[in-house]
Formats: sequence, structure tokens, C-alpha cells
Amino acid sequence: MLEIHNLNARVEGADILRNLSLSIKPGEVHAIMGPNGAGKSTLGNVLSGRPGYEVTSGEVLFNGKNLLELEIEERAREGLFLAFQYPVEIPGVTNMEFLKASVDARRKHLGMSDLSSFDFMKLARETSKKVSLDPAFLKRGVNEGFSGGEKKRNEIMQMMLLEPNLCILDETDSGLDIDALQVVAAGVNAMRDGKRSFIVVTHYQRLLDYIVPDFVHVLAAGRIVKTGGKDLALELEARGYAWLEDEGA
Amino acid sequence: MTDFQQQALQLASQQQNSPAWLRALRGEGAGQWQRAGWPGRRTELWKYTPLQALQRTDFQHWGRALPQGAGSASLLPLDAIRLVFVNGVFDAQASSASHAQVVRFSAASESQRALIEKHLGRIVNTERHLFASLSNAWVQDGVLLHVPRNVILDQPIYIVHVSTPDAEPVIVNQRLLVVLEENAKAELIEHFVSDAQAQNSFVNSLTEVSIGANAELQHYRINLEQEQQIHIGGVHIDLQRDARYRGFTLAEGSQLKRLDYQINHRGAGAHASLNGVYLPRNNQLVDYHTNVEHWAPHCTTSEVFRGIISDSARAVFNGRILIHPNAQKTLAELSNRNLLTSDKAEVDTKPELEIYADDVKCAHGATVSQLDETAMYYLQSRGVSKTQARTMLSFGFINELLQELPRAEVRDYLHHHLAILFGTATDLS
Repeated sequence: MLEIHNLNARVEGADILRNLSLSIKPGEVHAIMGPNGAGKSTLGNVLSGRPGYEVTSGEVLFNGKNLLELEIEERAREGLFLAFQYPVEIPGVTNMEFLKASVDARRKHLGMSDLSSFDFMKLARETSKKVSLDPAFLKRGVNEGFSGGEKKRNEIMQMMLLEPNLCILDETDSGLDIDALQVVAAGVNAMRDGKRSFIVVTHYQRLLDYIVPDFVHVLAAGRIVKTGGKDLALELEARGYAWLEDEGA
Repeated sequence: MTDFQQQALQLASQQQNSPAWLRALRGEGAGQWQRAGWPGRRTELWKYTPLQALQRTDFQHWGRALPQGAGSASLLPLDAIRLVFVNGVFDAQASSASHAQVVRFSAASESQRALIEKHLGRIVNTERHLFASLSNAWVQDGVLLHVPRNVILDQPIYIVHVSTPDAEPVIVNQRLLVVLEENAKAELIEHFVSDAQAQNSFVNSLTEVSIGANAELQHYRINLEQEQQIHIGGVHIDLQRDARYRGFTLAEGSQLKRLDYQINHRGAGAHASLNGVYLPRNNQLVDYHTNVEHWAPHCTTSEVFRGIISDSARAVFNGRILIHPNAQKTLAELSNRNLLTSDKAEVDTKPELEIYADDVKCAHGATVSQLDETAMYYLQSRGVSKTQARTMLSFGFINELLQELPRAEVRDYLHHHLAILFGTATDLS
């Protein structure tokens, strides 16, 4: 599904990712943990094509295609989805308009016909209920005046509607109380179908009690310094990251 | 006197059917027009808006009735008292039956005539507004909306001005006088629209509004003429004690379009809100000058203007709030935000506060920006193309103001019209 080979990337002149390699097969859930400033969010931003994130060398194959050559929107249409750490507020553009435009673009790319407005509104309302978001939010501006938890649930709703192949959750759990966390985790778990893959970037082990990963990677100083199973997260929770940074150095 | 001033005076003398009782005002206007210095680049009020397009055109005659009537111009689907003018000429067929509170000057009764004589040309400050003196010199017919004391109009008044191309360039002088007496309430929609691409008229349009104590006017003024039209328009409002004015104005650009709002808080406790949207594109120009003067204490003003300037278009926004010494406890806010969607687009914005009272709260600000890159990235990261993201964000920028409009028919009409303009038309609601 995703093959990252020796990826180097810089932001504002600073090298953040250094020779990062990672391989993800269909259906796998990979957790990426690490201390602040390790480059966790940079990885998601680079993969989604965020402006200002410059890849200096390396290769990323997504479903066999050279991901780095694709425009931002082409990556999304190919089935790559990034749930933002800080979802953007867009007053004046309604959530419904935004979601319809996104889903239309994805469906068109897959050779499917547009959903009618009626069918789409029905689908959107049903999906919003799955993430415990009042359907009234669909008529509001994108994320406008939403609480932190509502914004994150809106991200999960978008993910459900777009049915991506690879979902990257960038610290989706940060700032969430336990109820909201469970809603988000339930949404993610409902989408695990043995084919769809996930990269779960998190600062806290807590999330991984709810979204159980197949692999846990520790990112430090821009590369993966340790990989293990789900138990590694517990070990990190107990021991912190310092011992790994020493190992990686 | 410039050639244009001269020519304009000659046209004034060609007016045949002006009521005799308006002669004094016409004479006064002609005198002022004749004496006025022609605005140039050093004239502060016209600094960014050259008048060459007006001077270049050889206007031959007044607008006259044309067989096509209101033509194909798209009107608001509205249950309203409707008056339609085509190139300034009243179109009885397209208008609703006559109404006690809305009359044309030419059909005014004795008492209505007295009211017109009292207010017409008296609310506007012709020293400051050159084209108002021209409008006085040219005045022939017009509309009086008079709402007596304690009367609440249950239907909106909808005045449509259709421009339609004539064989030669034509001149149209439009005049509206609104008088709301104590505790009266009304809703007014002025709609300027064209029925064909090619336009060759110069429209000089002036609206004067007197809002009595505790009376309220909701006012929409929508300028959607084709880009060849020349339009100079003004709205001049006097607010008495506790009066309320809620205005919304929207303008697409044209080769020359200048719109003035003058709001005077004459009595204590008055409130004025004015929201505006301007959308010049191609090589168009829109120039808004607003001037709100607080003469009395405890009045409030809220003014929000947003513009999207595309292609090689230009916009001018000059928003002034003037607090006179007697206007203590004033609350006034003015915000102007501009979105430039092209490297060649230009805006000259100047918010001005002049305060001569010491116990007031005032805020003003202006921004000029391009589309928010983070929002662009967010939309694209969901598969939305760059082009579509751009139009969605542009539309969203002004849609915030449209969403607040209380009259659903106006909101829906503008939403639909602008969605087509921005290429974001959908039937999601």
C-alpha cells in the first residue's frame, strides 16, 4: 500500500525527516509515537503534500504510484486521507458543500457517478450520527465555531465519507476527553476492514488502548529508531523516550 | 465649466415634463452644478476614480420608453409593491397597481407634494456630492415612499431599474425619496439590473431617506448592471431619535461605478448598520464612499464591507465615521476586508475615524489579503481541485454577509446569482 524509502524532508530550511523508511501493507495499523519535535506531524504533512514541506530526497510509492509527483488533490482522490491535528475553520463555506465537493471528486476519480444532492444529504446525515455530531453542523461553516472535539469528529466523518485506502490520523486524540476519544476510536475501528490501512500518529499511549495497532514505531530526530508490537507503546508509557533517543543517536 | 458640465446642462433644459413645482430645486441644482469645480486627481473624494469614461461619451438624449419593456432582466420573485422603470421610464405593465404609500412625483397629491418639497434635495449635502446637484438640476419624476406615523407596511417596496441598450447613449436620472414618520416601519429593495450585455446609459441615481423617531427601515440596494454601464449613485439618510436603519448594498463593477452612502445620526439613540459587498472583475471599477456622521449622543453604527477584486479590476473603499462634539457615548465600528484573487487586481481602502467627543467607543480596520493558503490546502487535501477550492473560498468570504440577510428571497436570489458568477452553483441547502 505505502512504501517510504529513505525520505528526507525539510521545513523552513530545517531538516526534519532524515532517511525515514516505512512499509505498510493493506489492512495494517501502524502507530507512530515519539517525543515532541521528532517529525511525527511532518510525515503526515509531507505525505499529503502540504505546501512548505520540501522533500529533498527519497521515494514514496502509494499503490505503486509515485506519490510525491501527485498534486495534493490527486493524492486525496487516490485514497490518501490525512485527519488534521488542527482542522481548519472556513466560515462561509458550509460543511455540506465542502463534503459534497470532496466526495464528488473522489467518486469521479474512481469512475463512479455523482450522488444526487438528496442521496448525499441523506448519507451525510447518517454519517454525522455515527460520529455523534448533530446533523445541524452540516449547515454550518466548515469547522466554524466547532469545539476541539467536534472538529476531530468532523475529520472522522470526512474519512468515513471519502472511504480512503490509507488514513493518517495526526494526533487526532490530542485535546480530546475520554468520551470523544471513544467516539473517534469507534469510528476508526468501524473502518478497519482488512484492506484499509492506518497510520496513527499520537503522543499518548491512551489512544492505542482503543485503536489497537499491529506495529508501533518510535520516531526520533526524523527517523524510525525502534519498531515493535503493541506492547512497545506500554513500554514507552512506562519508560519515556529518552532511552531510545540515546539508542538512536 | 467642462464640456460635460455644459452638455449636462443642455440636457437639463430638454426636460419637458418636469412638474413646475420642482422648478426651484432644478434651478438651484443647475446653479451649483455650473459653479462646481470638476473633480480631478487632486480632489480627495474622487482621487482614485477618474471620470473620463463619463466625459468621453456623447450622451444624446434622455432615456425613453422602449417597446421591450422590462425585457429579460431577472427580477426577484417577491410579493411586493413593485415599481419598474426601464431606462428611467415608468413601466406600468411590469409594475403592481398603485399604492397609497408609494407614488410617483408626477402623481403626487397636494400633501405629498408638500412633503416632497420639504425633503427632496434637503437631506443630501450637495456641497459634498457633486452629482447630487446634477440630479437636482435634472429632476423630473421620481418616487415618494411615505409611511405615516405608526404605520407598518406589510409588504416590501420593490423598485427595479432596468437598463436596456438604446440606439445612442442615454441619460437616466433616478430619484427616490423615503419618508418614514414616527414609529413607522418599512422594507425597501432597490434593484438595478440590465437586460443585455451591451449597455450605453449613464445612470445618476439618488435616494434620500428620512427616518422619524423610533421608525425603522430595512433597505437593500443591489447594483447588478452590465459592465458597460456608467453608474453614479448615492444614498443619504437622516435618522431621528431612536430611529433604526439597516442597510445592505451589493455591487458588481462596471466601467465606472461610484456609490456613496451618507448617514446622519441627528437624534439620540439612533442605530445604523450597513453591510456591503463589491465584486469587480475584468477591467471593472467599483468605488464605495461611506460617510457616517454622529451629531447626537448614544447612537450606534456598525459597518462591514467586503470586496473580492478579480482579474484587472479595481475597487475603492473609503469609509469615514465622524463623531461630532455633542455625540457622547457613541458606539461605532467599521470593518473593511478585501480579497484580491489576481496579481493585477487592486484596491484602495481608507477607513477614517474623526472623533471630536471624548466618551466614545470606536473601532475601525481594513485588511487586504489573498486566499488563505491553509484553507486552500485543507480543501485540496480532501480532493477538491485548486480551481474549485479558490471559487469556494471566494464565495465563502462574502457568503457570510449574505447569510445574515433577513429577507429570504433577496438572500436566495443573490446566493444563486453569485454562485453562478463564482461557478459554485449547487442545489444543497
